[in-house]
Amino acid sequence: MQMQTEAVQLPQTVEPRNPGMGLDLDWVMRATANRSAIERRAAALPGRRSVKKDFQAAWLCRAVTCIDLTTLAGDDTVGRVTRLCAKALQPVRSDLLAALGMDGLTVGAVCVYHDMVAPAVTALAGTGIPVAAVSTGFPAGLSPFHLRVAEIEESVKAGAAEIDIVISRRHVLTGNWQALYDEMRAFRAACGEAHVKAILATGELGTLQNVARASLVCMMAGADFIKTSTGKESVNATLPVSLVMVRAIREFHEATGHRVGYKPAGGISKAKDALVYLALIKEELGDRWVQNDLFRFGASSLLGDIERQLEHHVTGAYSASWRHAAG
Amino acid sequence: MTVREIFESMDYGSAPEAAGDALAWLVDQGDRFGHFIDGAMTEPEAVFESRNPATGEVLAHVSQATEDDVDAAVAAARRAQGKWEKLGGPGRARYLYALARLMQKHARLFAVLETLDNGKPIRESRDIDIPLAQRHFYYHAGQAQLFDSEYAGRVAQGVCGQVIPWNFPLLMLSWKVAPALAAGNTVVLKPAEYTSLTALLFADICRQAGVPKGVVNIVTGDGAVGERVVTHPDVDKVAFTGSTAVGRRIREATAGSGKALTLELGGKSPYIVFEDADLDSAVEGLVDAIWFNQGQVCCAGSRLLVQEGVASRFHAKLRARMDTLRVGSPLDKSIDVGAIVDPKQLEAIRKLVDGNSSGTTYRANCEMPESGCFYPPTLITGLSTADPLMQEEIFGPVLVGTTFRTPSEAVDLANNTRYGLAATLWSENINVALDIAPKLAAGVVWVNGTNMFDAAAPFGGVRESGFGREGGPEGMMAYSKPSGPGKALAKIAGFSSGADTEPQAVDRTAKLYVGGKQARPDGGHAYHVFTKAGKLIGQAPLANRKDVRNAVEAARAAKGWAGTTGHLRAQILYYIAENLAARKDEFAARINRMTGGRSGAKEVDVSVNRLFTYAAWADKFDGRVAQVPLRGVALAMRAPCGVIGAICPDDHPLLGLVSVMAPAISMGNRTVLVASEPFPLAATDFYQVLETSDVPGGVVNILTGRHTDLAPVLASHMDVEAVWSFSSSDLSAGIERGAAGNLKRTWVNDGRARDWAGEAGEGRVFLDAATDTKTVWVPYGA
Repeated sequence: MQMQTEAVQLPQTVEPRNPGMGLDLDWVMRATANRSAIERRAAALPGRRSVKKDFQAAWLCRAVTCIDLTTLAGDDTVGRVTRLCAKALQPVRSDLLAALGMDGLTVGAVCVYHDMVAPAVTALAGTGIPVAAVSTGFPAGLSPFHLRVAEIEESVKAGAAEIDIVISRRHVLTGNWQALYDEMRAFRAACGEAHVKAILATGELGTLQNVARASLVCMMAGADFIKTSTGKESVNATLPVSLVMVRAIREFHEATGHRVGYKPAGGISKAKDALVYLALIKEELGDRWVQNDLFRFGASSLLGDIERQLEHHVTGAYSASWRHAAG
Repeated sequence: MTVREIFESMDYGSAPEAAGDALAWLVDQGDRFGHFIDGAMTEPEAVFESRNPATGEVLAHVSQATEDDVDAAVAAARRAQGKWEKLGGPGRARYLYALARLMQKHARLFAVLETLDNGKPIRESRDIDIPLAQRHFYYHAGQAQLFDSEYAGRVAQGVCGQVIPWNFPLLMLSWKVAPALAAGNTVVLKPAEYTSLTALLFADICRQAGVPKGVVNIVTGDGAVGERVVTHPDVDKVAFTGSTAVGRRIREATAGSGKALTLELGGKSPYIVFEDADLDSAVEGLVDAIWFNQGQVCCAGSRLLVQEGVASRFHAKLRARMDTLRVGSPLDKSIDVGAIVDPKQLEAIRKLVDGNSSGTTYRANCEMPESGCFYPPTLITGLSTADPLMQEEIFGPVLVGTTFRTPSEAVDLANNTRYGLAATLWSENINVALDIAPKLAAGVVWVNGTNMFDAAAPFGGVRESGFGREGGPEGMMAYSKPSGPGKALAKIAGFSSGADTEPQAVDRTAKLYVGGKQARPDGGHAYHVFTKAGKLIGQAPLANRKDVRNAVEAARAAKGWAGTTGHLRAQILYYIAENLAARKDEFAARINRMTGGRSGAKEVDVSVNRLFTYAAWADKFDGRVAQVPLRGVALAMRAPCGVIGAICPDDHPLLGLVSVMAPAISMGNRTVLVASEPFPLAATDFYQVLETSDVPGGVVNILTGRHTDLAPVLASHMDVEAVWSFSSSDLSAGIERGAAGNLKRTWVNDGRARDWAGEAGEGRVFLDAATDTKTVWVPYGA
C-alpha cells in the first residue's frame, strides 16, 4: 500500500550506456529479413497475446510511462509546449489514477524541436521528466553536416537530455555503411551525456533488410535507442519494421551485452496498438525492455485513447475525449 | 494482484475465452448425442464420455455406433445419392454456400467447442481451424457450381465413407465433406472418438442449411466403427486421414473391393534451415511447425536439419524462443501450446522421448500447468539418422534434429525417411530454394514458411504418408470418376501346342530387357508361344522374383530420367515412334501370328500414334499456380511418381505395352513392364526398338512371364512407387493388398476391360496416374 504514494517514475535500474563498437561489416552483411515471414509473425502476434481487465489497465499505465509526448509542429509556441509539459506531468486525470492506485504516473519524456527545448526544460524543472529534442536537420537530415552536429550541441546546451537524430537515408540506400557509421559516431559524440536516439526513417529505407542493417550499424556506432520514424514519412512505425529492429537489438545484446532501447514513432494512436507493441517487446526482448529507459512510444494522440480506456476500466462506461485534459 | 503490482510485473494474467455458449449448446442437446443419420439424430445409445483434455471434465456423452447404425447411415446415403447428384452442380453449390455461411455465423461456437473438445489453443481454433474450414466450403461451393462444365464426363463416386482424426476435427471434416458433396457424392463420416462434438454441431448446421436428408450422415465411435464404415460393401469411396498403421490396414481391408481410396497419413517432415536464412524468422517458423496444435499435426516440421555453420547460433535462438512459449489452458487467449488430446497420447509421447538416450534434450523453461494433459515443448539436438526419434513420428511438441553441410546432403537427410508428407526449407537464396524444393520427397513443400494451407492448394503425401490430394481440382478428382465402367474382362490365355513348329531361318532367343541390356531370365526357364493353329513360334523368358528385383534396381538407378527436360523426353518418344514405324510390317505380322487376328497393322499404327500423343504431352502436362490468399505463389507441380511397375494388358501385345509405358516415361518415371502373358513376343521385339531410340538404360525394363507370379513381387516391392495392372488375370486384390507394405499408389482394372485402341486408352487419366502433385508454397516480398 505504501507503494501507492510513491512516484512511479521508471526506470528503477540504471542501464550502462551502449559505448558502441567498431563497424563489423561481416555482421552487417549477414543480416537478412524475410518480409513474408516477418509479416506473418506480426499479423499473428495480436491474436497470440491478450491482456484484459486489471491487467489491461496496468499495461496501459505502463504504456503511458513509455510515451514521448510529442509536438513537432511549425506553429509550436511556448504556451503550447508549456501546456504539453503540464499534460506530461499529469497525463491521466487524477481521480482515475487514484482509482487505479497509480498516483504519480507521468509520461516518459517530452519531445520537441530545438527552439522549444528551453521552455520545456523550464516547464518540467524538478519533475524528473526529461526533454528530448529532435535534431540534425529533422526530419530530412539534409542540412550541412557541421550544422547538424552543431544543432545537437545547441540542444544539449539548452538542457535536452535526449537527442533524436535522423540518419542520412542515402547512406543506407547506397550501401555506404561506413558513412552511416561515421555519421552516427559523430552524432553520438556531439550528444555527450545526453542519450541519443537514432531515427532510421524506415519508411524510406526500401526494404526490411536495409532496416536490419541500418539498425546494426547505428548500434555499433553507439546509439542508445533506435527509432523507426520521424512521423513525417508516409509510412511510419509498423509491427513488421518493429520486429526487425527489436530482433537486431536482441542480437546486439547477445553479442555485446549492451541493451539498446527501441522507439516506434508515428501512427500509433490506439490503446490497443500500444498493448500489442508492449507484448511484442515483452515477447521478443523480455521484461527488462518494457521499461521507459529502454522503450518509448513516439506519439501525440495515443495518450488520449489510453485515457478513455482507463476511464472505461474504472467506471465501466465508455468515455469521451472531452472528459480528459487536452495536451 | 493490484493494478500497481501488475504494472510492476507486466504479467499477462489470464484472458479466458467464454465457454458459456458452447457449454449451453451441449446442454441444449442433452449432453448426450446419437448419430446423425438420414437427416435426424438417433437416440443416444451405448454412450461413452467425451472429455476436455485440459481439465479432464466430461463434456458430453457420445454414442458408439453399431453395425446396424453404420448400415442405416450407408443406406441413407445410398438413397440420397442419386437425387443429390442429379440436383446438378449449381443446385449443390447453394447448399455448400449455405453451410459456409452458417459456419461463419456460428464461428465462435465452433471455435470454443473445438478447443474444449480437443485442447488446442483458442487462438488456433479461432484464427486457423474454423476460418480454413469455412474457406473450404466456400471454395467447394465454387467447385460444385463449375462441376458440370469443368469436370465434364466425370461423375460422382457414389457413397463416401470418411474417417477423420482428432487433431483438426472440424477442418478435416470440411476437407472430406466439402469436395465430396460438391462432386455429387453423399457421405458417411466418422469423427475421431476423442473429438466428435464439432462434427455433431456440423450435423446441426446441415439441418439449418436444409441439406437433403441422407446426404450427410455422421456416426460416432471408436476405430471399430471406422472399420465398419470403410469396409461396408455399399461404400464406393473411402477417404481416411490418420496414422500410417491404420491407413495400411484400410488399404489391406479394401483391397480388391473396387473402392476408390485416398489416404492422408503420418509424417516426419523435415525442416531445413540453410545458413543464409533469416534465422529469427526460421525460429519463429518452428513455433508454427512443431508447437502448432501441440505438435499433433501430421505435416508438423518435426525433423530439424540446420546447416552446420549456423547450427549453434540457431539452436541458441531456438532455445530462447522456446522459453517464451506459454503452455496452459487452451481457452486462454494468450496461450501458445495447449493440452495433448488424451492421456493415452501423452503417455505415448513420454514413452518415445524417455526411451531416447541420444543427443541433447532441452525442455522449454516455461511454466507448466499443474494438472491436465500437457507436455513441455522439447528440443532434442545432436541426433543421428539412425536414432529412432529421427525416424518415428512422435506426434507431440517434440522437435528432433541434426546438422548438414551442403545442399545435397540436406536433400539426402531430408529424404531419408519412409514418410513424405511435407517439407519446409528456409533460405534467402532463390537458387537454393527453388533447386531444393522439387528434390524433397514430399507432397507439400513450404519455402520460408510452414504449415500454410488453403482449399485451392492440393495437400497430400508421397511414400508412406499416403496418396491422393485434398484441395484444388486435384482433390475433386478423388471424389469423381470417369462415367461408365468398362465391360468385364475375361482371362486371355495363350494358344496351346499343336503338332507343328513354324520354321525359322535362324533361331531367335527372346530375352528380358533390364537396365538397357538384354538379359537371360534368372531361373533359366522359358515358355512356348504358339499360333492360334498351335504352331510353335518361339519362346519367351519366364521371369521370376529375382528378375523383378534386378529390373527394379535398374529402374531405380536410372534416376537421371526424372530430371530430364520434357523436350528431351518428347524427342526420345518421337524417336521410338519413328523406329517402330520403320518396322511396322514385322511387328504387324508378329502380332497377327501371336493373336491369330488381322489387326496387327492397325495396332502398330495406333501404337505409333500413342507414342506421338505422349511425346506431345511430355512438355505440356503443366502444373498450375493455385490461387491461394497469399502474396506469393503456390505451385501445384506435376512430379513423376518414380518407379512404376505395370502389368500390361494381355489383349494388345504391343499397344497395351506402349499405352502404359509412354505416359509413364513421358512424365519422367522409370518403368518395369510385365508384357502380355499370352502374347509376349511383341514386347521382346520392342526392346530392339528401344535400344535404337536413345532410351537410357533402366528407364524401360521389360519382363515376360506369369502375371500371377510377378505381380505380387512388384506390389510388395518397397522400392517401387506405383503399380498398375491391366492384366486379364485376377490380380487387383493381391496388388492392392501387397501395396499396403509401403503404401504405394495402385491403379488396377478390377477385372474391367479398357478400349485400348480408343479414347479410353490414352489421355489425362494416365498422366494423372503417372504423376504426383507437389505443392510448393513460395511466399515472397522484397
